[in-house]
Amino acid sequence: MNLVFRLAWRNLWRQPRRTWLTTGAMMFSNMLLVFMISLQFGMYSLMIDNTLQAFTGHLQIQAPGYIDDKKMRQTVADIVPLAESLRAELTAQHVAARATGFALVSSEERSYGIAVFGVEPEFEDDVSTLPGLIAEGRFLRDNEAAEIVIGAALARNLRVALGDELVLLGSGRDGSFAAGVVKLVGIFDSGIADFDRSVTEIPLGFFQDMFYMNGSGHHVVINAGGIDGVAALQSRVGSLLPAGQELAVHDWDALQPGLQQAIKADMSSAFFMYGILVILVAFSVLNTQLMSVLERTHEFGIVLSLGLTPGRLGRLVLLETAIMGMLGLLLGALLGGLLTYWFSINGFAYPGMEELAAKFNLPARFFPQVSPLTLLIGPGVVFIFTILAALYPALRLQRLQPVEAMRAV
Amino acid sequence: MTAVRCVDLCKTYRQGEEDIKALDHVSIDIDEGGFVCLSAPSGGGKTTLLNAIGGLDKPDSGEVYIASRRIDNLSKGELAELRLRQIGFVFQAFNLIPVLTARENIEFVMQVQGVPSGERQAKALEILEEVGLAGLEDRRPADMSGGQQQRVAVARAIVSRPALVLADEPTANLDSKTADGLMELFRELNDHHNTTFIIATHDKRVMSYAKRLVRMLDGRIVDDVLQDAA
Repeated sequence: MNLVFRLAWRNLWRQPRRTWLTTGAMMFSNMLLVFMISLQFGMYSLMIDNTLQAFTGHLQIQAPGYIDDKKMRQTVADIVPLAESLRAELTAQHVAARATGFALVSSEERSYGIAVFGVEPEFEDDVSTLPGLIAEGRFLRDNEAAEIVIGAALARNLRVALGDELVLLGSGRDGSFAAGVVKLVGIFDSGIADFDRSVTEIPLGFFQDMFYMNGSGHHVVINAGGIDGVAALQSRVGSLLPAGQELAVHDWDALQPGLQQAIKADMSSAFFMYGILVILVAFSVLNTQLMSVLERTHEFGIVLSLGLTPGRLGRLVLLETAIMGMLGLLLGALLGGLLTYWFSINGFAYPGMEELAAKFNLPARFFPQVSPLTLLIGPGVVFIFTILAALYPALRLQRLQPVEAMRAV
Repeated sequence: MTAVRCVDLCKTYRQGEEDIKALDHVSIDIDEGGFVCLSAPSGGGKTTLLNAIGGLDKPDSGEVYIASRRIDNLSKGELAELRLRQIGFVFQAFNLIPVLTARENIEFVMQVQGVPSGERQAKALEILEEVGLAGLEDRRPADMSGGQQQRVAVARAIVSRPALVLADEPTANLDSKTADGLMELFRELNDHHNTTFIIATHDKRVMSYAKRLVRMLDGRIVDDVLQDAA
């Protein structure tokens, strides 16, 4: 072992209690950071996947401009053959076509304005969790059938039950009057009241007839399985689109900008708290190293008189701090990693979490996501701030005069 | 050839409301291979002169030359390099690094000088044997007697064979037998390696080893004589 390293190491253990206290503070904060960041990233990943797999998908093919101005006329022509051809190419992903319209839905007693989605019954459960949320009845089966599934809240509002008929009135693609009578075959319960109150699904074939779509639709939804590799998939999908037809491929970030914003907002507040934690640790290190430097003033005078430059002396103090910081980093990351790994298998929940989770369409237990990034980002920042905190004591040494230093007790 | 030259050195310290003249127009030349004792009562200026010669403290005025190179106007870094390469220090309080063993204390200076590890270790063991501490190389200062610690300090000072060794009251914390042993070691190094020694002391027995005795009082040289050493 290098002599300077040995000297730094032994200097640290002159006051073992103080060194352990400071290292312990670093270790604890590193553990906490590893766990919290892993939990946070796990939550985000879950939020994104749940939200996207619920309905939006990771990618959508739309007519250009539709994303900003959702007009009935902005359509994707021959949408079912397009979805079929993409399905044949993208064997590892799921593809389904949809159309969207707005209508007034009426039961015998009441009427409400709703969003009507025309979906491919055979493929919809590949791109949406909605078919799995059917609480009563069944999901759509036949692409041409005059059937509808609605949310539990809307069913309550309309005071309808399975088998009842509902009347849909809206505007067709060409602006003409669109109307249809559908039979209620299923009621879903997503747990999100707004969604259950306003979203309905009917078969795409029936939708195209009713709204005079002439074979067109509004979205081809692609479920990539996860957000990793979406960018690459987006460019691949772009290259598979039929030539001569102007279409846009949007990723989940463009389709759900609120999701990313919510994550960023949550991240900002969390990182503010982490910042405070890191600064507290840095002050603890500053205190330790300042004391350590002050009580060794006499000894520093000796080594200066032997020919060590103040710069090298400062580097020795920084090395001592780096060793202590590295110890805190390794122990903190290791213990934090083990703790987080345990929770990543068994899940993590706290009182009142269910309500919050339901709000974001999340399960009642969170599973932290351990990765090299979550293991090292927090401890890495603590380490950097630890070194920064030791700069002041190290710089103080630059002013030290050998004779004055040796006079210190 | 002149090893050390001091020209008209002045240094004043402020002690409370009073100005103390630690060096009052001191000039002295010391030849290579000299064995000089600076003797003075406490506060006579011997340590201040030693510090000025060693570049540990700057005089208020005057000039200091080591091997014909003026050093009183050098930067901190240049002075550190000078001390590292050309001067060995021995202090009254031994001043070893407490967390390092005897061998590591000696190696430390060589490590700073950039001496390779193998050579460092061999030299350290060799010098420890030379100062009579063979077998104690792995002891830390706290596990050694005062005499042993001072021998380690001497070994540290001379391991790189500096041209000049400055010793400030090196025997003050030693018993008479150990002090004699140390002085004999100094003389041996002086005779065999032509190392120049400047020793600040008020111990008469130490003075008896000197080839040249310089007496100081109130910051001035009041007597400078050559003598037959013990």
